[in-house]
Amino acid sequence: MRNEANHESLRSLRQYATFVVHDLFLGVDVLKVQEVLRYQPMTPAPCADGVIEGLINLRGQIVTAFDVRRRLGLPDRPAESEPMNVVIRADDGAVSLLVDEIGDVIEVDSDDFEPPPETITRAAREVIEGVYKLSDRLLLVLSSEKVLRI
Amino acid sequence: MAAVPPKAVTEKASSGEHPVRLGAADSNIRVSVDLLDSLMNLVGELVLARNQILQFTQTQEDSGFVSASQRLNLITTELQADVMKTRMQPIRVVWNKYPRVVRDLGQAFGKQIELQVEGADTELDKTIIEAIKDPLTHIIRNSCDHGIETPETRVLAGKPAWGRLLLKAYHEGGQVNIEIVDDGAGIDPQKLKQKALQKGRIAPDQAERMTDREALSLIFLPGLSTAAKVTNVSGRGVGMDVVRTNIEKIGGSIDLQSTVGRGTTIKIKIPLTLAIIPALVVACGRERFAIPQVNLLELVRIEPGRDQQIERIQGAPVYRLRGKLLPLIYLDDVLRINSARAERESVNIVVLQADEQTFGLVVDDVQDTAEIVVKPLSKLLKSLAYCAGATIMGDGRVALILDVLGLAQMGGVIGETRQHGTLAFEMQGESAGEKQAVLLFRAGSQERVAVPLALVDRLEEFARERIEMSGGRPVVQYRNKILPLFSLAEFLGRGSGSKLPEKVRAIVFTEGSKRLGVIVDEIVDIVEESIQVRARSSRRGVMGSAVIDGMVTDFVDLQAIIEEVDKSWFGRRREENSGARILVAEPSSFTRGLMRNYLEMEGYRVLEAASSDEAFDRLSRDGADLVVASLDLPEPFELLRRVRTQPELARIPALGLSNMSEEPARYSEEDVQFDDYQLKFDRASMLHSIEKLAHAIELREPAVAAGERA
Repeated sequence: MRNEANHESLRSLRQYATFVVHDLFLGVDVLKVQEVLRYQPMTPAPCADGVIEGLINLRGQIVTAFDVRRRLGLPDRPAESEPMNVVIRADDGAVSLLVDEIGDVIEVDSDDFEPPPETITRAAREVIEGVYKLSDRLLLVLSSEKVLRI
Repeated sequence: MAAVPPKAVTEKASSGEHPVRLGAADSNIRVSVDLLDSLMNLVGELVLARNQILQFTQTQEDSGFVSASQRLNLITTELQADVMKTRMQPIRVVWNKYPRVVRDLGQAFGKQIELQVEGADTELDKTIIEAIKDPLTHIIRNSCDHGIETPETRVLAGKPAWGRLLLKAYHEGGQVNIEIVDDGAGIDPQKLKQKALQKGRIAPDQAERMTDREALSLIFLPGLSTAAKVTNVSGRGVGMDVVRTNIEKIGGSIDLQSTVGRGTTIKIKIPLTLAIIPALVVACGRERFAIPQVNLLELVRIEPGRDQQIERIQGAPVYRLRGKLLPLIYLDDVLRINSARAERESVNIVVLQADEQTFGLVVDDVQDTAEIVVKPLSKLLKSLAYCAGATIMGDGRVALILDVLGLAQMGGVIGETRQHGTLAFEMQGESAGEKQAVLLFRAGSQERVAVPLALVDRLEEFARERIEMSGGRPVVQYRNKILPLFSLAEFLGRGSGSKLPEKVRAIVFTEGSKRLGVIVDEIVDIVEESIQVRARSSRRGVMGSAVIDGMVTDFVDLQAIIEEVDKSWFGRRREENSGARILVAEPSSFTRGLMRNYLEMEGYRVLEAASSDEAFDRLSRDGADLVVASLDLPEPFELLRRVRTQPELARIPALGLSNMSEEPARYSEEDVQFDDYQLKFDRASMLHSIEKLAHAIELREPAVAAGERA
């Protein structure tokens, strides 16, 4: 069922803002992305879910930062590297996804789309909508809604 | 000018001295609150940027740059003030509906009430106006219902037949004051004191020392308010504790003055705006936290080497503050963060007040006071009890604002739910770990026995000669009634048959109109501790044992004793109500609080839900014996439909609460119906209906109901 729905909405060309997390090449719908920022000083939120890395100040708006690595069940980011922020629009304001590296905005064809294989980890399957087979690599589509559901 | 609408023309003509003033239609525009909020955010940011520029200016010599930045400074300050003003609304917005409310109430109660309004133009932040609407309505209702007397009574008392209710609002010292004054019967502090004593809220010696003013503030105690029917206070103050909680939630305070026969004045002080609050900035670990100043009592710093240090009771840290024990919470422990505590020599304690409880919060460093802008947190972080929001500090970093009440609950200083003085108390499970005041006494041998103070009505001493026998039991005449006495020593099988001493000490328990005196040897002490019952006892009359003050203490099973004396003590009501779980689905937190109050008084257990979805989730997860749903919910019938289609929930009785009596008729077309409808604020009918519905389910399926409850 989900497959059909996806095909319906993905028939045409779509644009994705891409980024790298650990060894994965991920993308979110470019229309959901508000902006991309360099590392921002972060205030931790003690006792919150481990996926929530902290709070950042985005021009006076307080934005919750999500660690995509933890959400996907990947190993933690090395201490010396600073994450980048992909700020996406969510229901109740902006939310930042912490990623390792920012990539380009790329255009993909729905013909290259496939649902995620069953073999990926459960944590990943929860949030990955599907895979685009690009010429040189695979682009995993991250659901901007599901990734925030914890 | 031909295009000017006629309305504007007439206004221009009437305004006289301002011939070129624009009409109302031209000088006002509608702006969404979201836009104003975002404007305020941006101005806040501008202020930060300005601060940074000003700092930079100090290192610059260029006079042109310096004067430009000074101009920027001035403009920014003015801009900030003006943007703040855009959120203000006159209190008239709320007050407009009161003339009608008062007139209707007057008619309903057969009273003549004149409402006077002063200072309706006083401006308040929009969010605050929203927050005080319900509490104010409640107070006005109370004044009309219980304050102002009927015309006949008034004339007899030498007062004009028309009762006067005055609403007054004015600015003072950066706060808005609202006064609700009536010239009614007033509240008798003595009666309140008596009531509080009966309920075990205060100790007898406390009552004696209490000034009238202190006694009047007893009206804000939870649990004291409702059942006041028994006295002549006649229910005055129903839900006043809920009113106070709501006012305090927005950083305000409420005060009540009353003279018997002359009237009552209620004074509410609230901040102008919620958006900016004064706060104390503290540091713990590498982070800073803001504590709202309303919760702050004082700061204590313990230097190394001073005699007075932190002591521990069973591992729980306490500090002697002017001779009183102050429970301490370490912020780093509660939040599980790393701090520099070990390296610090001095200890910083921030003394805070949450509800009625004072406690000390140990932090690494106390930094500064600041006016902070409160920013809401995303839904994802709403579950953090210790956090009331966030703010942006001068350097642009985010700091969390601590919720003192939540912090106290996390630290175990106060319990999750407030104690209510009912006889059927649970010693394990929900109340474990809560602080509880217990009365320690000796009965029979040297063993220490305890009973929760909330259950105790009075401590009395009777001369031996006054004790008479009736039906083989000792009784004594007490307050014009016969008080059955009961020797605990005999019941516990310790030292039976011993002669009564010269002075007989007894603990008096009250439930409704019934009283029982339990004879004891000696009252030892009253302690307040979080009590863990270690061993449940199989001994008759003993509920279990706990360690209090380092000594093993038996807890009396009051229920067993009462049953021994009077099998009919609890009557029908208790048995039916005890433990029945009621889910209250109601969007207004104020009304929910009131309902909880009413229902818990009657011995029900209450689950709350703010929305249909939440109600359904709780029902599916926890179940309930009865659902009370407000028709104010966005989709009350949708909820009912969902409940009815679930096999395991379908038979739960449901009561619909509406604001207007004609409302249920409006919904008669719906395919599902509530089992009964009641008016929202009609307490007696609502409770009656709930009792009926709860009773019906027991008759229908006794086995299932009993099973669910076990």
